Amino acid sequence: MLIAQNIGFAIIAAIMIVGAIRVVTTSNVVHGALWLVVVLAGAAAQYVLLAAEFVAVTQVLVYIGAVMVLFLFGTMLTRSRIGRDSGLNNTYWKMGIPVALALFAAMAIALIDSFGSEKMPSDGSIVNTQQISDQIFGPYLLPFWALSFVLLAAVIGAIVLARKD
Amino acid sequence: MFVNQFLILAAILFCIGVYGVIARKNGVMVLMAIELILNAVNLNLIAFSMRNGSADGQTFALFVIAVAAAEVGVGLSLVLLIYRNRRTISLDDLSEMKG
Repeated sequence: MLIAQNIGFAIIAAIMIVGAIRVVTTSNVVHGALWLVVVLAGAAAQYVLLAAEFVAVTQVLVYIGAVMVLFLFGTMLTRSRIGRDSGLNNTYWKMGIPVALALFAAMAIALIDSFGSEKMPSDGSIVNTQQISDQIFGPYLLPFWALSFVLLAAVIGAIVLARKD
Repeated sequence: MFVNQFLILAAILFCIGVYGVIARKNGVMVLMAIELILNAVNLNLIAFSMRNGSADGQTFALFVIAVAAAEVGVGLSLVLLIYRNRRTISLDDLSEMKG
């Protein structure tokens, strides 16, 4: 069981990392969006592996369903060339590599130092969807309301910004 | 399953996202890199939710997903507006705020 989980984790993680690298290196905006779908779907699979099925379904609906359509429309409406585009990177894009590597080294040292070989609780209580709803409509009710106003403001703001007048 | 395998995967995704934000010039591609960063954070939250056996992490992850959806909506409409006014979404060309 645990071995199967680890094999699944390794395969999905490898796919996610390849997809993420393709997102930031591809020279085609539409291909970038489609590689992002691979990463987001891999993240949803990892959530299932972590017994968070409700978040996984939300991820598929919101990200792969809605956000990806937004990205493709954004690509379409801004004449980002459909096809290869050599002007996607900054002139100083190489600076990003040492920054990312240094950041990863710092985080990896901190993580290995603090968690070492700690294992996930294998018989621990699985968080079910009912507990999440009890949290959202219990102690987190006020942030939930605030969040609905954020979404409302974002929708109105997006319409105001994008409409032609 | 180790706790660290999920946290390090999230760290890798986060760093790739940071690289994308630094290296990309196209506004839409920068927003995609920001999505990578937000997904890394969500993966961390859910890994800790399982480690602690608590529903808080998954609740936070749902909040992050909602905020990310709002962010993409406003961000893409900003990119669209910039494109309409400037006929370009290259972030290097936007230098009006430079002092």
